[in-house]
Amino acid sequence: MNIQDIIKPENKTYNRPRLLLDVNTHYCPGCSHGVVHKLIAEVIDEMGLEDTAVGVAPVGCAVFAYNYIDIDWVEAAHGRAPAIATAISRLNPGNVVFTYQGDGDLAAIGTAETIHAANRGENIVIVFINNAIYGMTGGQMAPTTLLGQKTATTPYGRQADLNGYPIKISDILAGLDGTCYVTRQSVHTPAAVRKAKSALKKAFQNALDKRGTSVVEVVSTCNSGWKLTPAQSNEWMVENMFVKYPLGDLKNV
Amino acid sequence: MKEEIIIAGFGGQGVLSMGKILAYAGLMDNREVTWMPAYGPEQRGGTANVTVIVSDTPISSPIVDKYDTAVILNQQSLDKFESKVKPGGTLIYDPYGIHHAPTRTDITVIPVNATEAAIEMGNSKTYNMILLGALLKARPLMEDDAVIRGLKKTLPERHHHLIPLNQEAITKGKSLVNA
Amino acid sequence: MEQEVKLMKGNEAIAHAAIRYGMDGYFGYPITPQSEVLETLAAEKPWETTGMVVLQAESEVAAINMVYGGAAAGKAVMTSSSSPGVSLKQEGISYIAGARLPALIINVMRGGPGLGTIQPSQADYFQATKGGGHGDYHLIVLSPATVQEMTDFVGLGMDLAFKYRVPSMILADGIVGQMMEKVVLPPARPRRTDAEVREQCPWAATGKHGRGHRNVVTSLELESSIMEKNNEILQDTYKLISANEVRYQEYFTDDCEYLIVAFGTVARIALKAIEEARAAGIKIGLLRPITLWPFPTQAISDLAARVKGILTVELNAGQMIEDVRLAVNGRIPVTHFGRMGGMIPTPGEILDAFHRDFPNA
Repeated sequence: MNIQDIIKPENKTYNRPRLLLDVNTHYCPGCSHGVVHKLIAEVIDEMGLEDTAVGVAPVGCAVFAYNYIDIDWVEAAHGRAPAIATAISRLNPGNVVFTYQGDGDLAAIGTAETIHAANRGENIVIVFINNAIYGMTGGQMAPTTLLGQKTATTPYGRQADLNGYPIKISDILAGLDGTCYVTRQSVHTPAAVRKAKSALKKAFQNALDKRGTSVVEVVSTCNSGWKLTPAQSNEWMVENMFVKYPLGDLKNV
Repeated sequence: MKEEIIIAGFGGQGVLSMGKILAYAGLMDNREVTWMPAYGPEQRGGTANVTVIVSDTPISSPIVDKYDTAVILNQQSLDKFESKVKPGGTLIYDPYGIHHAPTRTDITVIPVNATEAAIEMGNSKTYNMILLGALLKARPLMEDDAVIRGLKKTLPERHHHLIPLNQEAITKGKSLVNA
Repeated sequence: MEQEVKLMKGNEAIAHAAIRYGMDGYFGYPITPQSEVLETLAAEKPWETTGMVVLQAESEVAAINMVYGGAAAGKAVMTSSSSPGVSLKQEGISYIAGARLPALIINVMRGGPGLGTIQPSQADYFQATKGGGHGDYHLIVLSPATVQEMTDFVGLGMDLAFKYRVPSMILADGIVGQMMEKVVLPPARPRRTDAEVREQCPWAATGKHGRGHRNVVTSLELESSIMEKNNEILQDTYKLISANEVRYQEYFTDDCEYLIVAFGTVARIALKAIEEARAAGIKIGLLRPITLWPFPTQAISDLAARVKGILTVELNAGQMIEDVRLAVNGRIPVTHFGRMGGMIPTPGEILDAFHRDFPNA
């Protein structure tokens, strides 16, 4: 089969998900955001939630998440997505509401909103992209930046005495009575992508079933911010991030 | 008719609720009323006061310079408000704990031993109703019926069995003022 | 049906008015002197009757963002707070204005700056009328002087917010929040159905529900030429509001030689001062702006042509006076009398200030 045959529509075996919009991405090559966007688009479509899903986009690289997934969206101020999701979910219980937040948005400026939405057990899904760096603003330290990790604002590496410790926010959220499901996933291998997708499905199902707050942390790469190639980024993530942020379910009730 | 009244004393003496019953009574009597408290932490042990205005015509300011009538329950309030009673106005006060009695001669000063009377009645909570009775004797602003209906509005349903006691206290207060 | 006359605090009236209006949601955080709004709503339990959502948020910041979220969903939503809390809400208010969302924000003002005092103030006039948050935007700002207006402005503020897709603010002072007066509550009406929300707010993030295209509620636009257009839409809206929604009340202005301009409860104290002055033969009139934005500039300009001087009375160091002076444009003297830090002037003090500033009157 030559290349002309391979690209014929009838020979396609892998498609852009129906709800993933056909636009150029603004994410860097190698970034995990694109994969997670694709998974959310697939999950919403497969679960028949196109008409009821409302996404809340953060401030950070995913500020433009609403440009990619063909559902209703609200753009939040930095850190406030869980408060916004709370209101939408309570006012329209028929909606399935999720936030999509980075580490700075969720675990620094928005810590209060995150913890209190989870503690109230809002029937929402929190998708948490943890890449240990502020990508959008040019690679500054995040609350989850590892000790010793170099960023634009920790040019000699993060030091505990100067910058405090990396925060394991999902562990905190798992300890709250309002959460029903807290899991840490990644999307660096096909197997990991499949597991992350089933975690997202479970989280959306929990929201549909009004079981409380579900948190899906995705330990992610930011090869631009980390100043590594995409392949090196995956290796660095496995060797360093997974040590501090081990994958698996933190809570599943 | 327009009566501008200040009720002032310690927090916990029932100053605000006495004003409230008076205001509700005014409402029952189809009057215009305003009830303006000095609000805040003063409710919790410090001085408390409330301005109640009852009028046949619309009330412009809920805050006034001078009062037609003052009901004064402690020395600080007496020091503060004695000078603010309009000439010809009425000052009702409980002498209990008062070291410097009012000195003005251009107003009607009426001492009412409400603390003693409340002890006699065996219920300290009747204190402010005794004073309300005294006020209504000195200044017959409205019928007793309106006051009782006002009381019903301010008291939660579960406390309505206390209305006869309150009525008794009002009568007691009236008896302490010579016509 | 006979109207039911009630006696209640301004703060309590707001809560009852919100339920009867068919408000979909209230989100707030306790702060004196307005906590009775949330307390009354919690006691009334409207979620069991009208389905209204009432939620005590973890902060004023969260509360205003809940309002943003509810408004983005096309719902009639509100919050209330007092000065320090309203400062915290400013970021969210800017987002609400930028995303062109209707919402109702209530500020029962207390004295500042900083933690200040819990006593009444009007020191947030600049914050409310000149912006408050970042960017070029305005709120419709309503100034109630009576408990009845506290009640009525809930519906008016929310209606205007939906009419123009802008946030409205009720800028009340602690006096009208805490005082009790007679009030006639509006008739209860049902909340809008989901279908009505989708029809009346075709821009709202309700879920697509077969709409065929997605709705995105955002204030973000990185392309400057488009962002300028977005700003022009806002400015066109503000022009329309300025042309149609100015509200004010005049007292004794037919024959007045001097004018007092005051808003909120202070206007009532000033009115009593004027009544006393008129008894002494001094002809003072009163103009009470009801909308602080848009400001009754033309009405004051017209009166400036036939009075000798204007005194503004405010519970601040002189804020509204700037708008009065813009309206007067230097033609006659405009002076200020204010009390600060929670102090309230009496009618006598206002008259004293008038005689100080206009000794020949």
